Amino acid sequence: MIGQLIDGPLWYFSLAVFGVGMLYRLYSILRAGVKPDLAPPRAGGGAGALRNLFSRFVPRRDVATRGRLTLIAGYLFHLGLFALLFFAQPHVDFLAERITGFGWPALPYWAFIISAELAFVGLLLLWLHRLLHPVTRLLSSVDDHIGTGLVFLVMLSGCLALAQAFEPLRLLHLFLAELLLIYFPFSSLMHTFTFVFSRGYTGAMMGRKGVNA
Amino acid sequence: MSHDFAKGVAALESQIDSRVAAYFSSCVHCGLCAEACLFYTETQDPRYTPIYKLEPMRRLWKEQHTFWGKFAIKLGLSKPLSDQDFADWEELVYDSCTLCGRCSMVCPVGNDITYMIRKEREGFAAAGYTPPGLQEATHRALTIGSPMGVTLKTLQAALRHVERNTGLSIPMDRQGADYMALFSSMEVVNFPEYIESVACIFDAARVSWTISSQAFEATNSGIQIGSREAAREIVGRVVDAAESLGVKYVISPECGHAYTAIRWEGPNLIGRPYKFEIIHILELLDQLQQEGRLKLSGLTETPLTFHDPCQIVRRGGVIEPPRDLLGKVASGFVEMADHGEMNWCCGGGGGVSANERAEGLRLKVFDRKRKQLEALGVKTLVTACANCRIVLEEGIEDRDMDVEVIGLTELVAEHLAAAPAASSTGSE
Repeated sequence: MIGQLIDGPLWYFSLAVFGVGMLYRLYSILRAGVKPDLAPPRAGGGAGALRNLFSRFVPRRDVATRGRLTLIAGYLFHLGLFALLFFAQPHVDFLAERITGFGWPALPYWAFIISAELAFVGLLLLWLHRLLHPVTRLLSSVDDHIGTGLVFLVMLSGCLALAQAFEPLRLLHLFLAELLLIYFPFSSLMHTFTFVFSRGYTGAMMGRKGVNA
Repeated sequence: MSHDFAKGVAALESQIDSRVAAYFSSCVHCGLCAEACLFYTETQDPRYTPIYKLEPMRRLWKEQHTFWGKFAIKLGLSKPLSDQDFADWEELVYDSCTLCGRCSMVCPVGNDITYMIRKEREGFAAAGYTPPGLQEATHRALTIGSPMGVTLKTLQAALRHVERNTGLSIPMDRQGADYMALFSSMEVVNFPEYIESVACIFDAARVSWTISSQAFEATNSGIQIGSREAAREIVGRVVDAAESLGVKYVISPECGHAYTAIRWEGPNLIGRPYKFEIIHILELLDQLQQEGRLKLSGLTETPLTFHDPCQIVRRGGVIEPPRDLLGKVASGFVEMADHGEMNWCCGGGGGVSANERAEGLRLKVFDRKRKQLEALGVKTLVTACANCRIVLEEGIEDRDMDVEVIGLTELVAEHLAAAPAASSTGSE
């Protein structure tokens, strides 16, 4: 009974909350509006926005040195999670069956394991840093910890369910993922989408001034 | 100064646009901005983390623009923004931020934190939580015309000295001149050699220029304190003077925030584009030498480096002109490890140098520049902002360093190919 609920209605409900909530958050950002800049630009804002969208993936030298731990852990976590989410065989099969209708090549098992290990190491380092460093400890809110905790539990249950031999573990993993989807639009996890706006806005303004932001 | 919490909240609320909403939505509290801020790196005080300085604005955004924020306030789980928050954050917002913009360059999600702090100051100014030093400077700017109390008579006295020293005649209120020059109070009072250099260079390059008796002050305390109304009034004076004289260009002086005020914020403050163009003095000098009108000779062999004024370089986009000019007059020019758009601030921008209360902190964070200079080992520091220059000189004196600070325009003037003719300047 619970299994059917998790596999059926709850999945569609969480997906709907995620989709509608995410779109509403993006709409609420755009709704606030931006006044047009009347100062004559030195260069194009569009090119600056596009450049900043990608250039921020590479850290500046100074911060790459001073914030080395955050940056390395951040890369490990995000790259590992991206690989797991979109290229783990069970996820490819699940997404093909439930959403896209088509599949794509998945990671070999060994690559899956490496991705999972990298993501775990990255996430735990970031979480420890958040708890122990005076700056991140001061900045962090309950939301930051709930988001990190949920992602950790989803990843952990996913690894436990890897063999797909034990149905309750698969259901637990799916249930936690559904909780994460429901929580997502109301949290700082929204940076997954809103970073495009942030980088774009800053890149456009700095681009108009002729500065590579 | 009296406090008006409701007015402050209303002003802060009006500052929340799409950019601010996107920035707060994207922040994951990674703390990397702290590593780019000299107030944090030199004190290790986590409260000086740039994004933390925005906590009052973030809380207001959360209360008004997010589900959990509204929900938590209704259930009493979270306290709404209070008058005490303004009081508690005033020092962080004004004393420990120079609006240098370095944090905005390193944020992984691309947040322009400086843009938000500039906006947050609008709320603080409306609420009446501003440093007395900045309040007085803004009051003088609005009533006397200059944050340092420089009047037309003071300027005229300085110009008479320049005329005596150079044998040139400084053009005032010349209708139809190509360029109208602005100066900062700091230049008039502390560095009149800048005005002298400009006069000599313009005479040598046969530049048609003038100074307006109605608007010669370039600095804008309204931008620093966060008062859009004051900033608009100050910019408006320059616009009125330039348009009544019919000039093609207004020259922003070396002063950094004056450039941001007149070049980038000005048209948005008055709500329309200008009928003239703004050019920074370094852009103009570089242009003149590239066109062959400004002929330079000889090279200074002394090893020297350049301190990039944040508002001219990182926040203003005038990055290559100072380097081009230094290349023409100095053979021993070397860059600091972090330079150009990633320079470190002098510690006195954004109104901090006008804020007496912040002096101790400003001198402490000067250590960042001291370390940069000691790593390079040069004894001559060139800059292009009168405010940076005075702040650097005070820091150097405080640390008993053997470093000389000189202005770039003066250095260029020292290398003019021919001595200025003792004739009237400003005629094509």
